[in-house]
Amino acid sequence: MISLTDVSYAYPDAEALTLEHVDLEVERGSIAGIVGASGAGKTTLAKIIAGFIPHADGGELSGTVRVDGRDLSTGSLVDAVSVVGLVIQNPFNQISGAKYTVREEIAFGLENFGTPRDEMQRRVDEVAALLRIEHLLDRSPYALSGGQQQLVAIASMIVLRTPVIVMDEPTAQLDPAGTRMVFDVLSALRETGITIVIFEHKLELLQQHADRLHVVADRSIVLSGAPDDVLADDRLAQWAVGTTRYVTAGRLARERGLLPPEVPLPVSFEQAERVFDRERSVR
Amino acid sequence: MSRADAEGVAPVANTAGADPVIVGMEVLIEDVRFSYPSGVEAVKGVSLSIRPGERVAIVGQNGAGKTTLVRQLNGIFRPTSGRVQVGDWITSEHTIAELATRVGYVFQNPDEQLFARTVRADVEFGPRNLGLDSAQVARRAETAIEAVGLSGVADLHPHHLSLSERKRVALAGVVAMGTPVVVLDEPTTGQDAAGVDMIAQVVAALTDAGRTVIAITHDMEFCAEHFDRVIVMAGGQVLVDGHPRDVFVRDAELDAAAVEPPQLTRLARALGWDDQPLSAEEFVGAFARRGAHS
Ligand SMILES: Nc1ncnc2c1ncn2[C@@H]1O[C@H](COP(=O)(O)OP(=O)(O)OP(=O)(O)O)[C@@H](O)[C@H]1O
Ligand SMILES: Nc1ncnc2c1ncn2[C@@H]1O[C@H](COP(=O)(O)OP(=O)(O)OP(=O)(O)O)[C@@H](O)[C@H]1O
Ligand SMILES: [Mg+2]
Ligand SMILES: [Mg+2]
Repeated sequence: MISLTDVSYAYPDAEALTLEHVDLEVERGSIAGIVGASGAGKTTLAKIIAGFIPHADGGELSGTVRVDGRDLSTGSLVDAVSVVGLVIQNPFNQISGAKYTVREEIAFGLENFGTPRDEMQRRVDEVAALLRIEHLLDRSPYALSGGQQQLVAIASMIVLRTPVIVMDEPTAQLDPAGTRMVFDVLSALRETGITIVIFEHKLELLQQHADRLHVVADRSIVLSGAPDDVLADDRLAQWAVGTTRYVTAGRLARERGLLPPEVPLPVSFEQAERVFDRERSVR
Repeated sequence: MSRADAEGVAPVANTAGADPVIVGMEVLIEDVRFSYPSGVEAVKGVSLSIRPGERVAIVGQNGAGKTTLVRQLNGIFRPTSGRVQVGDWITSEHTIAELATRVGYVFQNPDEQLFARTVRADVEFGPRNLGLDSAQVARRAETAIEAVGLSGVADLHPHHLSLSERKRVALAGVVAMGTPVVVLDEPTTGQDAAGVDMIAQVVAALTDAGRTVIAITHDMEFCAEHFDRVIVMAGGQVLVDGHPRDVFVRDAELDAAAVEPPQLTRLARALGWDDQPLSAEEFVGAFARRGAHS
């Protein structure tokens, strides 16, 4: 569905490349989680997958970016937005500024695509129910808390039903329950065949929901694999990427000789429950 | 509120020479209510007393009123009723500019806060407006920029930095102001593991120096590992207020506030342990004690 081959990029006027020789494959109807340190180039990569780079931000892009069979590096931004929706990192900047109510704000993209009015209303109601923001529909998009704005930003992308959705840290402003809800919504969207690329620091949720994880470091993608394998990889620290507290506790217990080295490091809650259950392991 | 209001810090008496000693101040919030002009009542009777040098986390559901509450402290908002006191000042009797010398505030959205052409100029803006001499200004900015790990990009335009880096620029700017009270609105959002550690160290350094820190956060690990007091908010009110170990067992209130205990606290509970480990260190300690019994 998404295929990046030997992609390199430099921002306008920048002396160095921000990304270099990036290869990435994401299957249709899957959730790809992308992790990486601050400033590693995650947002840059998100914008490349969504066609914002080079069409909106300029700079020098090389290599090929194919999404749903189209070459985004040579096509236009209009081409790109019909296949990929991008939830940008700062929800405060995603609001169009053109609309008076949250309802109109969520409908903004549909309106641009010329969606008939009653279908538009129906779809806005549907997505508002999904994200539990019905009570905000008549508010001004500016009269919202940070997390509420983030949910509106997510809603305004999901409502478009593009085959691919790219989300740049979409739960950063959300409370723990709201974060779980968004991941559940993404898992449900995947079942309908939508492909999701999510840039996230919340590793426990990535472990639960992502099909594959990719690590951005040293200007490229340095590791791709199943979430359990990636999160237990010893090199994460060297790439300044964190892991779950279960892994941290497992490592510490190993160091102190409390867990034998042959016991695999627990990545998830369930794995940790088995590993740290004294009664069971003693018997 | 315009940017000029929030950042138009008035110069105060110049204390040339050595840096003035900064001490923490008490914050008293007495039955504060606040309604937005649109009619939404966002804070519905909150009373809190925060000691000088205390390190407090505020957690709770989206829309709970956390940001609205802390904005009463520096006069960006004025309580519809009730009162707020910072040290010996009642906030209603002071201007935003005056309050800015006592309460530093890192916005939830850094892009509301940054405006200078370089990281350094941005961080120097606050202390310069306090009337410090240029050597003091430079020294404070340098220290703050280093503390947030941005020395290497001090001369770049903030808008050429990533979002988490911009958030740390905003933090450095507030640290450099040297206010007795520092309010951080979701300081760890978007930070990687190293960034979270860096911010935890900044918070510890502030409170070690006696300054009062109030941080809003959705990051329960950060909260459990680095704060002595957690305030849980929902629906414009405080539901629980106490030590993390006591707060993270209050299931009903946590649920109402859309909050959950940290990973290892949840795990210990599922394992039937009665201790409430708040960090990996504590968790492994508890595990070791259990091993000794068997
Ligand atoms: N407009 C720009 N012009 C020049 N350099 C930029 C620009 N935007 C970002 N950069 C640089 O590119 C690098 C990658 O930035 P990017 O925003 O992609 O990082 P990120 O991994 O998303 O970080 P974060 O975790 O903070 O969101 C950083 O070093 C940043 O300073
Ligand atoms: N400018 C505004 N005008 C009207 N209502 C607002 C405004 N800003 C926030 N609100 C409302 O006030 C309530 C409290 O918002 P606040 O921003 O204080 O929440 P919060 O606890 O900081 O949430 P979050 O975790 O999402 O940042 C919410 O119901 C929100 O919709
Ligand atoms: Mg980013
Ligand atoms: Mg807030």
